[in-house]
Amino acid sequence: MYDLIVVGGGHAGCEAVHIGAYLGLKTALVTANIKNIADMPCNPSIGGTAKGIIVREIDALGGIMGKVADRSHFQIKMLNNGKGPAVRSLRAQADKITYPTVMLEFLESTPNLTIIEGMVENLIVKENKVKGVILSDKKEIKSESVILTTGTYLKANILIGSENTPGGPHGESRSNNLSDNLKKLGLDVQRLKTGTPPRIKASSIDFSKMEEECGDDRYYTFSFDNPPFYKVDAQQKCYLLYTNAKTHEIIRNNLEKSAMYGGYVTGIGPRYCPSIEDKLVRFADKPRHQLFLEPESIYYDEWYLQGFSTSMPRSVQEDMVHSLSGLENAVITKYAYAIEYDALNPLEMKSSLENKKIENLFTAGQINGTSGYEEAAAQGLIAGINAHHKLKGLEPLILRRDEAYIGVLIDDLVTKGTKEPYRMLTSRAEYRLILRHDNADLRLRKIGYKHRTIDEERYHKLIEKENKINEIKNILRDNNLKLNAETKELLKLLNVEIPSFSTSLYVFLKRPEINMEIIKKLIPLAYPEEILEEVEIEVKYEGYIAKVYKEVEKSKKLEEKLIPKDINYDDVLNLASEARQKLKEIRPLSIGQATRISGVNPSDIAILTVYLKKKYDK
Amino acid sequence: MNDTICAISTALGVGAISIIRVSGEEAIAKVANLFDGKNLTEVESHTIHYGHIVSNGEVIDEVLVTVLKAPKTYTKEDIVEINSHGGISTTKKVLEVLIENGIRLAEPGEFTKRAFLNGRLDLSQAEAVNSLIKSETDLERKLALNTLSGKVSKKINKVRGIIVELLANIEVNIDFPEYEDALEITLENLPPRLKEIKTELENLLEESKIGKIVENGIRVAIVGRPNVGKSSILNALLKENKAIVTDIAGTTRDIVEGTVELKGIALKFIDTAGIRKTDDIVEKIGVDKSIEALNSADLVIHVLNNNEELTNEDKEIMEKIKDKTHITFINKSDLPTKLKIDMDVVKGNTMDINGLNELKDKIVELFDLEKINNSNLEVVSSAREIGLIKEALNSINQALDNVSVSLPVDMIAIDIKKAWDLLGEITGESYQDELLDTLFREFCLGK
Repeated sequence: MYDLIVVGGGHAGCEAVHIGAYLGLKTALVTANIKNIADMPCNPSIGGTAKGIIVREIDALGGIMGKVADRSHFQIKMLNNGKGPAVRSLRAQADKITYPTVMLEFLESTPNLTIIEGMVENLIVKENKVKGVILSDKKEIKSESVILTTGTYLKANILIGSENTPGGPHGESRSNNLSDNLKKLGLDVQRLKTGTPPRIKASSIDFSKMEEECGDDRYYTFSFDNPPFYKVDAQQKCYLLYTNAKTHEIIRNNLEKSAMYGGYVTGIGPRYCPSIEDKLVRFADKPRHQLFLEPESIYYDEWYLQGFSTSMPRSVQEDMVHSLSGLENAVITKYAYAIEYDALNPLEMKSSLENKKIENLFTAGQINGTSGYEEAAAQGLIAGINAHHKLKGLEPLILRRDEAYIGVLIDDLVTKGTKEPYRMLTSRAEYRLILRHDNADLRLRKIGYKHRTIDEERYHKLIEKENKINEIKNILRDNNLKLNAETKELLKLLNVEIPSFSTSLYVFLKRPEINMEIIKKLIPLAYPEEILEEVEIEVKYEGYIAKVYKEVEKSKKLEEKLIPKDINYDDVLNLASEARQKLKEIRPLSIGQATRISGVNPSDIAILTVYLKKKYDK
Repeated sequence: MNDTICAISTALGVGAISIIRVSGEEAIAKVANLFDGKNLTEVESHTIHYGHIVSNGEVIDEVLVTVLKAPKTYTKEDIVEINSHGGISTTKKVLEVLIENGIRLAEPGEFTKRAFLNGRLDLSQAEAVNSLIKSETDLERKLALNTLSGKVSKKINKVRGIIVELLANIEVNIDFPEYEDALEITLENLPPRLKEIKTELENLLEESKIGKIVENGIRVAIVGRPNVGKSSILNALLKENKAIVTDIAGTTRDIVEGTVELKGIALKFIDTAGIRKTDDIVEKIGVDKSIEALNSADLVIHVLNNNEELTNEDKEIMEKIKDKTHITFINKSDLPTKLKIDMDVVKGNTMDINGLNELKDKIVELFDLEKINNSNLEVVSSAREIGLIKEALNSINQALDNVSVSLPVDMIAIDIKKAWDLLGEITGESYQDELLDTLFREFCLGK
């Protein structure tokens, strides 16, 4: 008898079991193949725009993805460095052998955690409460709660051209019956599609015809708790190449042979991650498209051809790849494929990620309609925490949209649902200026501490950091720019315009051409680099940050207008029928959440507000 | 929310027929109870029926009743319209009977509020209905109708479209930094695109001036020393025009003394210390009171007497109005000229039927009334909308300023997004609680 069973050992499952066990639950991870724990079946990277910030948030809340990534990548980059602090995000090329190995080490050293190999085919449900799982050999494992993190394995089909083979990624076996059984339990099942590009044998690539893509020449970590483990100058390179007229001709001539365009796929694919044939059809006038070659691992000879996802037959893939400059003699080690799989309707879960119909059943990752390792891990972490809280009678951890990308992610899922695999984008976060890479710990560590996922030691480290930030700000406020000959000489040397009158260094730092490097030359500041950087951002963009907080306050008023749980939407007259149906399905917790439901218009909100006032304000 | 409401929806006392409108779930059933004629609960939608309104056995009025079933009605609820043939007292009696039978008297603007809440109108259109009801001239009605039909929303949406295109471009750059598929928005190529938006917004504001004149009319203050003939100017204009009968109080503390129409635009003469009263009283109150009223005027007409020499008092007035849009009008041009004045003036004589033509031409010229008459009037006119466009323009200007000091693109995107949201508020695409309350408080009774 377990407290918690997590079904699936992918990125969501790993975070879920880790945090469940960390919080003291007797936890079991049931996975079809132990060797596949924390597998990276698609791109060999962790992070990316918005996703990198999610990894920081996971770390700030006590998750492990960042720590594992820090120990297993061979290249790291800060994206969007020039576009401003709000959108900076880390991306690491993670080694596909090292990452799962390190993850397994982390899990094996976590107390209270058992790993079981087996294919889950059904749930034990009594009186709408989950009581455990049933394996394909009919063996039952009992538990108080279950988290499903089945990824793309539910009734998965691999599509290459007109070939349609039942099975999961990497030739793994799929789960045949679980999604049908979930349907029988009354859950809404939808079909989604995604894809992956071909892999190329390194020794067959002529890199000299491509542009090099290097890592940054400074140190970064995802985690707030460990130092970097890599050497800046020992990073691996990636390469940039382009499609050409010949590639496009091959694709156009064979379009009807692709699984997607030949009509062999029923699932809905992601718009932001289109196959190469999609790109050609949608952007017909573009003469070329970018592709990247990224090494999968230093332990084997295989490269990932990013941007070349396709569901063409193998022979066409050969022609397509060979048309690329530098890949004329390339050997394809794995063909690209599209994969179709069953997922649940995220509108059927609460903000805690608990299922609305079956108590103590949680879901996380691709089964909820998302895409991406990071999005999955974030949900796994929250599901793990909330499964624990549910069993212990604690309030669930629900992050707000102004607190974390994870909050945006889950709110979008449970409020808007999704018809295609959902990927996090910075533009989904209306308050992204305060949801930054640099302040993830300042935003979330206290919340983690309150929810018991952050221990005393890490909490005190955070408080120390906060104190130092304030110290530095005070130093800058208390010290004026001394306009003496020495300073003038220095500023002249730095090519900085000499101000006509003295201001505090705090005000001086706000000037566009001034940065912390210059300030440090004017006053000694012996503080860690990351703390100085934090101060720089907070001071420089103080006005904008204040603006965003004002917006947050405004919308908080709507968030605080709670909708009673027992509301009967049939009693609310005059609602548009689409709005009524959506409200009944989603049952938003607040007026704020209701405003974000697509199909619920301002007039519906007005009607709802008036109804609530009349009915409940008496 | 959905109780049944009623109100008289035509101006009381004007015309031979008054219409009483009833809207809500029980509209048909309740009126049917009072109607002696066909059973209204069984008739087809959008049909009209002859009969009598009867209460406690007493025939109140002979009426035509129109039955309109939801949802194809103004409020999207069941509506019954009672065409009453009687005068004010009969119409009021019918209304009383309805109220006695449990139908609530509508609050000001409630029909339109329901139309908005039930998704029949967007916010901008709902405002237009309010303007339409209040409109006094044909041009005003045209303006309101343009807003009502969504032509103005279309213009706003066009600007929003330009903004959202730019925003989407910035977002693509940020979310897919390594892809060259979208043009990279930089501090160099941002200004021309921001300026395009800026120009669009400025055009909307420029056009809105026309809208404001059409909707609010031109507030005119006549000033001058006692006995120069201020009141006779107004009286002559009123006599010549068929005066518009409203005499409603304006939004300020000033009272409109009289309204005349010039090229379809309402000239509203504001009370400058009782210019229609005898000059004797004005004399007592003095010139100062007149000056006070100037602040709210769009146009000041300073009247001088052709037959008298310029006094210090006249000069004092000239000094006070020199920054306002004004016309110096020399009255009593039929009398011998004693006035010596070296400035651009208009001459006239209230005694002559054509004596004020020159003055009227001058007003037409000053306010470009010909152009307004030829305008398609697809312009923003409400103060709320103009305020939001101004705010949006401020955001775009802020963005331009921040480009010039090289702030990063993600900060600048915040200002651009703000402009987009503000314009969305005009068309009702952004939701704001307090907005609805303010808006509907201003609606008048009726439609």
